[in-house]
Amino acid sequence: MPLPSKMEISGLDVFYGATQALYDVDMKVAEKRVSALIGPSGCGKSTFLRCLNRMNDIIEGCRVDGDVLLDGNDIYARDLDVVQLRARVGMVFQKPNPFPKSIYDNVAYGPRIHGLTNNAGELDEIVESSLRKAGLYDEVADRMSAPGTSLSGGQQQRLCIARAIAISPEVILMDEPCSALDPIATAKVEELIDELKEDFTIAIVTHNMQQAARVSQYTAFFHLGKLVEFGDTEAIFTNPEEKRTQDYITGRFG
Amino acid sequence: MIEKGWQTSERATRRLKKRYRRERRLKAAGILAIGLALGVLVLLLGSVISRGYPAFVKTEIALEITFDAKLIDPSGSGEAKQLAKGKYGRALRQALFAKFPDVVERAERRNLTQLFSKAARFELREMILDQPDWIGTTQRVWLTAASDVDMLTKGSLPRDVPQAERRLNDQQLAWVDHFEAAGNLRTVFNGGFFTGSDSREPELAGIGGALAGSFWTLLITLVLAFPLGVAAAVYLQEFAPKNRLTDFIEVNINNLAAVPSIVFGLLGLAIFIQLFELPRSTAIVGGLTLMLMTLPTIIIATRAALAAVPPSIREAAHGVGASPVQVVSHHVLPLAMPGIMTGTIIGMARALGETAPLLMIGMVAFIVDIPSAPFDSATALPVQIFLWADSPERGFEEKMSAAIIVLLAFLIIMNALAVILRRRFETRW
Repeated sequence: MPLPSKMEISGLDVFYGATQALYDVDMKVAEKRVSALIGPSGCGKSTFLRCLNRMNDIIEGCRVDGDVLLDGNDIYARDLDVVQLRARVGMVFQKPNPFPKSIYDNVAYGPRIHGLTNNAGELDEIVESSLRKAGLYDEVADRMSAPGTSLSGGQQQRLCIARAIAISPEVILMDEPCSALDPIATAKVEELIDELKEDFTIAIVTHNMQQAARVSQYTAFFHLGKLVEFGDTEAIFTNPEEKRTQDYITGRFG
Repeated sequence: MIEKGWQTSERATRRLKKRYRRERRLKAAGILAIGLALGVLVLLLGSVISRGYPAFVKTEIALEITFDAKLIDPSGSGEAKQLAKGKYGRALRQALFAKFPDVVERAERRNLTQLFSKAARFELREMILDQPDWIGTTQRVWLTAASDVDMLTKGSLPRDVPQAERRLNDQQLAWVDHFEAAGNLRTVFNGGFFTGSDSREPELAGIGGALAGSFWTLLITLVLAFPLGVAAAVYLQEFAPKNRLTDFIEVNINNLAAVPSIVFGLLGLAIFIQLFELPRSTAIVGGLTLMLMTLPTIIIATRAALAAVPPSIREAAHGVGASPVQVVSHHVLPLAMPGIMTGTIIGMARALGETAPLLMIGMVAFIVDIPSAPFDSATALPVQIFLWADSPERGFEEKMSAAIIVLLAFLIIMNALAVILRRRFETRW
């Protein structure tokens, strides 16, 4: 791969109790590019994504083996602070999950807890610019104090994206961010992802093959807990090396 | 093969009818059960209220009292201290005997004075202390009647039984009728029932002392059980590792919630009174004991409320780099608060109605002073009910029922508060 990679994963095994969810995964996440993770349900792509910011830590009985390097440093190292890690590797979830607080407070929460601003004016700026980047500002500018949960599903998801980028993470993980959205909202979020890759490294899990093809530069195909194929999106979709990949992207199973 | 069109066959129609019949039977059984429960409730409330409401009024008798300076203020100084020592009982008797001059026999005179409460002379003293210029004048004043007269006017004392089986003899009945005919008998709202404390005289007894005792006890319980319970629940639910030890603790907390309350009373007696030598019969010990009893309820309710907070909120907070404590204190705990409050209120309502453990730690004493601090001797409302239920005097029966009404009113208010909180904050996410 020609581009520098932001994250390098090698020999990753994940267990939920006695069941193994991921087998010996090796992958690289390219800097300031969108990497898509595709595969049928239960193939381990979400599990893989959640390993990248140690979100699996909060799941009871989950065990992770192998190396996950962020800028060459092991994120599972003993002395690594997981709060700091999650500030560097943000996340957007499948179901929009704004806090039951105002729109403003949703975006301001991250900067506040990390102490990123010195005064209210700076915080206002960060909130505004984050909402602008998330393409939501014009829709909510006049009701910043309305609850985040009062927005439509697509707006809520963009609010969650604004919340994630408000603390300027280096990597943003997206776990099927459009699966709960209608086609128009999906198009908006996809457009947004395309813009965000200018500033952020993005890894996105998706069920939607067209979406992977549209937004990503690299694609990884998972099946039954194994990384089957990983490479340029164009190559994966036009000329896959593995038969299973071809079967999946042409809709023969999944 | 299943035959086509079976859905409309005769057999299927019969089966369908049978299914509907079963549904109707189930519904009828449910309605019957609810009806039965409601009936019993109405019976209970009806009985308690019909017996208790007369206690909210009391009987008074008017009398022309001459506040003779020789009796009230022999020194002539007019000082409050001297006035307090006046012979008000004699003033009352003189007025009575003047009203009924033909009553001369000692026993009859005693019967006559017994129509008035023993507190009547203190009422006279209060009047003079309030209006010292009444000295030397004659005033028509209303005085609290004795409990037997009170019972008679309220109809709880039957007239049509032989004199020997009656609390009041024929002569006393005639006097009461005389007062009534002259418009000198009235029933007024009995404010003393709410402000006064326990007394040997039913007409003077009130629930003020018991209410204050319950207040201090519950305050101690709340102040200790709420933070302890919430802290324990938050730790167990959010931070504790899942292992044998925490499983063991969890099982035991659930067991504690089911332990009979009298056992907590014994525990309180052994620990707080015998070991720590805290004063007996006090709200502090009562509160500590009820705290032990309420703690498991609050822990269980809090854990349920914490578990009900959707994981997506936790993930969202973790996702922006909130530390575990921030996740809990900024998001999970505020969202769980309505559930925690509901559980706490229900636990407190249970503590308010608890009697048995308080008996064990000596809060069952006859206490006339209204407790003004947790270290004062006190009793509690349900214990007061227990005490009055045990009293032989007829007048305490209505006091007991009235105290039950007050207790039930508090319980209903607390439970309503819990329902309102739940409704108000339900599913905010």
